[in-house]
Amino acid sequence: MEKKFLQTPSQTVGPYFAYGLTPEQYGYDFKSLVANELISPLHPEAIIVKGRVLDGNGEVIPDAMVELWHKDNEQEGFGRFGTGTLPGNEYLFYALKPQSVDCNAPYFSLIVFMRGQLIHSYTRIYFADEESLNEKDSVLNQIPEDRRNTLIASKTGNVYQFDVHMQGDNETVFFEV
Amino acid sequence: MSTILFSMDESVHPPKLYPDYKSTVLRAPSRPMIVLPQGLSEMSGPVFGDYQLGEFDHDLTKNSIVNGNPLGERIVVHGKVLNELGQPIPNTLVEIWQANAAGRYVHKVDKHEAPLDPNFLGTGRTRTDKDGYYCFYTIKPGAYPWGNHFNAWRPNHIHFSLFGPNITTRLVTQMYFPGDPLLQYDPIFQGVPEKGRPLVIASFDLDRTEPDFALAYRFDIILRGDKTTPFEKL
Repeated sequence: MEKKFLQTPSQTVGPYFAYGLTPEQYGYDFKSLVANELISPLHPEAIIVKGRVLDGNGEVIPDAMVELWHKDNEQEGFGRFGTGTLPGNEYLFYALKPQSVDCNAPYFSLIVFMRGQLIHSYTRIYFADEESLNEKDSVLNQIPEDRRNTLIASKTGNVYQFDVHMQGDNETVFFEV
Repeated sequence: MSTILFSMDESVHPPKLYPDYKSTVLRAPSRPMIVLPQGLSEMSGPVFGDYQLGEFDHDLTKNSIVNGNPLGERIVVHGKVLNELGQPIPNTLVEIWQANAAGRYVHKVDKHEAPLDPNFLGTGRTRTDKDGYYCFYTIKPGAYPWGNHFNAWRPNHIHFSLFGPNITTRLVTQMYFPGDPLLQYDPIFQGVPEKGRPLVIASFDLDRTEPDFALAYRFDIILRGDKTTPFEKL
């Protein structure tokens, strides 16, 4: 196999994505292809995954877009949400909690897009209540111990909180996929 | 082997931190990326449920008409979505958004004092066909000022969002127009290494123009990798 073409370079999503990529969330008159309900909020096992995206000054970013991707052996899901509409500029998804695959810790994939990023950032959301699987997980163990907790969402009831820190002492671990 | 051959090509993509584009300074991750073995989730495609695209989703000159046709220069923007081997990526979603002919976005945050067009929303989407081909009708977007530095203007551009087979092929980019004198001053475009810059500039396509109707621009998009299987469920 031989490469024939160069990859088209990435460019920033910019500040004005909302009426194209998340139109209904922001009140634009255009049908959204996808929103933040990977599962109905009324589903008895639905969890909420939410959080803020913060810049290098610790300021909450009000114009990011995040995509939640998920696949395990039983279900897959995809959601999209901008940080410009909820109080506190949080993102929020309703989903079913992912299951463990091949004895690895379960996780969501999260892609972060925003003005000020020429190329998107990719991270993972692991779960605080999966302690034993997290401890054995090969990906988590590859990460220096003092940064591992940046990938673990805290749990309160059925709500998982996962803030994304672009920089700073708590900078979230981002991955090259 | 294939993970090396088809990794992110840093010789064409912009760096995360590019201080000339000022908002990267506080928003670009500062620590090295952790290289990830690809798990099941990275191999998953986006799932859009069973939503069908609307009849005029690909035609921005028609998809938000209120009381007439949108103002500006009507254009065809078309091309193929391919992988690095040159194989077409069929049935993949292509989403676009842009300013109107006056350089104004519909987005509520855009405060540029140029007129909105009541008949132009400036967003559309389509799916590639079995040969990886897509085609939009739209209005040529105008340039607009922004606050990055004194007298900063964005060149005419159309934003593109693409998926391809899985997370590793996800791409958000911008299409520029050939010969635009603003390109040399634009830190977002200049953030792309020189080798990659021609790849985000469309070519004028006389063959695809529609006489008495619209000029045409060709913009082929190369997604990372060698995967062509259409996992997307639309």
